[in-house]
Amino acid sequence: MKLTNLTTSFAVAAIGTLLTGVILVAENQWAVIGALLAAAALSIVLARLKIGMVLASVLNESSAWVALLIPLGGVIIGFALHEEDFVLMMLATVLIYGLACVGLTIQFGYAGVINFAGAAFFGIGGYTAALLGEWGIPSLLIIVAGGMVAAAIGCILILPVLRTKGHYAALITIAFGLLFRSFLEVNHTLGGPQGLKVEGASVAGHSLLDGIQLGSFQASFYLNYVLLALGVFTICFILARNLEKSWIGVNFDAVREDPIGASVFGVNVAYWRIMAFVIGNFVIGLAGAIFAMMQNFIAPSNFTFSDSLIMLSIIVLGGLGNLWAILPAAILVVVMPEKLQEIGEFRILVFAVLVVLVLRFRPSGLFPRALRKFRREVAQ
Amino acid sequence: MAILFEYLFNGAVLGIMYALVAVGFTLFFGVLDIIKFSHGDVLTLGAFSGLVSFLALQSLGLDLPVVGLVVVLAAACIVTGAVGALIGQAFIIPMRNASGFNILLMTLMIGTGIREAIRLFYPNGANPKAFPALLPKTPIEIGGVFFRLDSIVLLGLGFGVILLTNWLIRHTKLGLAIRAVAQDGDTAQAMGIPFKTIVLATFALGSALAGIAGVMHGIYYSEINFSVGLLLGVIGFSAAVVGGLGSIWGAIIGGFTFAALQTLWVVVFPDASGYRDVFAFTAIIIAMTIWPTGIIAERYSERV
Repeated sequence: MKLTNLTTSFAVAAIGTLLTGVILVAENQWAVIGALLAAAALSIVLARLKIGMVLASVLNESSAWVALLIPLGGVIIGFALHEEDFVLMMLATVLIYGLACVGLTIQFGYAGVINFAGAAFFGIGGYTAALLGEWGIPSLLIIVAGGMVAAAIGCILILPVLRTKGHYAALITIAFGLLFRSFLEVNHTLGGPQGLKVEGASVAGHSLLDGIQLGSFQASFYLNYVLLALGVFTICFILARNLEKSWIGVNFDAVREDPIGASVFGVNVAYWRIMAFVIGNFVIGLAGAIFAMMQNFIAPSNFTFSDSLIMLSIIVLGGLGNLWAILPAAILVVVMPEKLQEIGEFRILVFAVLVVLVLRFRPSGLFPRALRKFRREVAQ
Repeated sequence: MAILFEYLFNGAVLGIMYALVAVGFTLFFGVLDIIKFSHGDVLTLGAFSGLVSFLALQSLGLDLPVVGLVVVLAAACIVTGAVGALIGQAFIIPMRNASGFNILLMTLMIGTGIREAIRLFYPNGANPKAFPALLPKTPIEIGGVFFRLDSIVLLGLGFGVILLTNWLIRHTKLGLAIRAVAQDGDTAQAMGIPFKTIVLATFALGSALAGIAGVMHGIYYSEINFSVGLLLGVIGFSAAVVGGLGSIWGAIIGGFTFAALQTLWVVVFPDASGYRDVFAFTAIIIAMTIWPTGIIAERYSERV
């Protein structure tokens, strides 16, 4: 790997971080539109020119340290904007949705197990956090418990999913997402349509509701949640990336591309599907628990079918199976509607049209996943 | 006993509506092997265009009982048929080699677009709209059981439309072409069947059925709401899948099964009627575990 490649890639990453910051801060509509146009230009440049290939190969082929670019960029943005409550909340939301999408990528991008109930597993994590929060259990344990409960409920749902395929499997997850929402609406112990209050997180005796104070430096308490989400996101990102590079990832690819062929070669298709579904739901549940703690309040309307669609749109818009693409896509999907208040009422319509156009004219997403270079990986 | 018959009857009216939506899904799946999820919102569009045509008639002073119903149904069918064919032409046919998941997500988003467009562009569209009572709601007593006249007519209308569709598919040249395309598109094309025209005709036909279902929904509940299409679409899809995609009779069985499940729950647990949909969807998931490809399974063999 040449030094020039590294420098150009690092420059692109820095521009990306800068653009993210500008999009997050900009309040003027024209500034937002300008930054979006710049981002679009950047993505076209990356897609067309050699620099894009260089970047992709640096991101995909270097060892795990390259993933530390994410916390680096996140910390820089977070501390630069440490007083802006709303901006930091959006940044944390992007990271949390991104985390859920890492889970969906493991399920759908790697192993090809479809899941239209992302928001339901997200909600299971959130409601677990709400119920356990009352008992004074340490927050980090609660987050893990959110993931465990989501994974456990996913273990039941995997049975019908394994027996069916294609559209039939899609229906099962859609039906589960809808029944989860109706269940929450009518169940009074879970708060019914009004929802539940959630205890805020506290790490090592320090409540995350108190902002960091160091001398004259005073930060919004949302910065704590940005750091928490950033930490969990980075860990899951690196683990998922290692999963993809390992022999497990090769098995996932085989199961996704050709289940029959894979089973002929002795790959246990059902085993890997269960594995991907459970790991993915665990990650989605983690994200849901952090989301609930940050919001301090959850209601069934946070976990609708449209939210599942939003998560799937993120992974499809970014490029199915490409972990790196989750972040730009999540920024586009989560931040853009909040920023373009001018279009206000029309934002869901604009969003729907945007997704339809991308799927119609660029079906593999904005940053398609690179082909696995199997020979080189084996040589390592 | 009388109340049981009333439940049964209301369940049947729901069932015929679900069946009409499900037949659309099954037709689309038959010709192109795709799921067109914008179907539910096309249904809403049909109901709203029926409403608009009725308001137009009213302003002309032509809102006579039978004429009103016929015009409203015709307007709904024409609009939904045209929109269904348009979606097929612009988005689905060019994408038919893409993965099924992409088409599913894309049509879901098209549906969201239609739903939002109705909410934003129909005057005061975010609130429920009163649907005109095109049929008299006089109660009729048969053997101690009271039925609403409009429900009886709706049930008859629904069965009539389904029988007509079945006749169209089984006994006309168009139906023969649709079945040929469903069986094997390439061979059908080689036999001189205009593939694209037939696919578009199928889309128009299926969507027109959704238009009728939309008007029926409006008359039955006396109101129409921009978001009714999402749940009806999912129910119709479930019905089609449970019955077995690609089979018209499967879709009808599925529609009535779903309505029966909902009604059964309300009859057995009247206090917990909120859990109606939870029960119905759980039952659907269990049914799918037992019959992974629907009750009337698709006939196919997998070539390796």
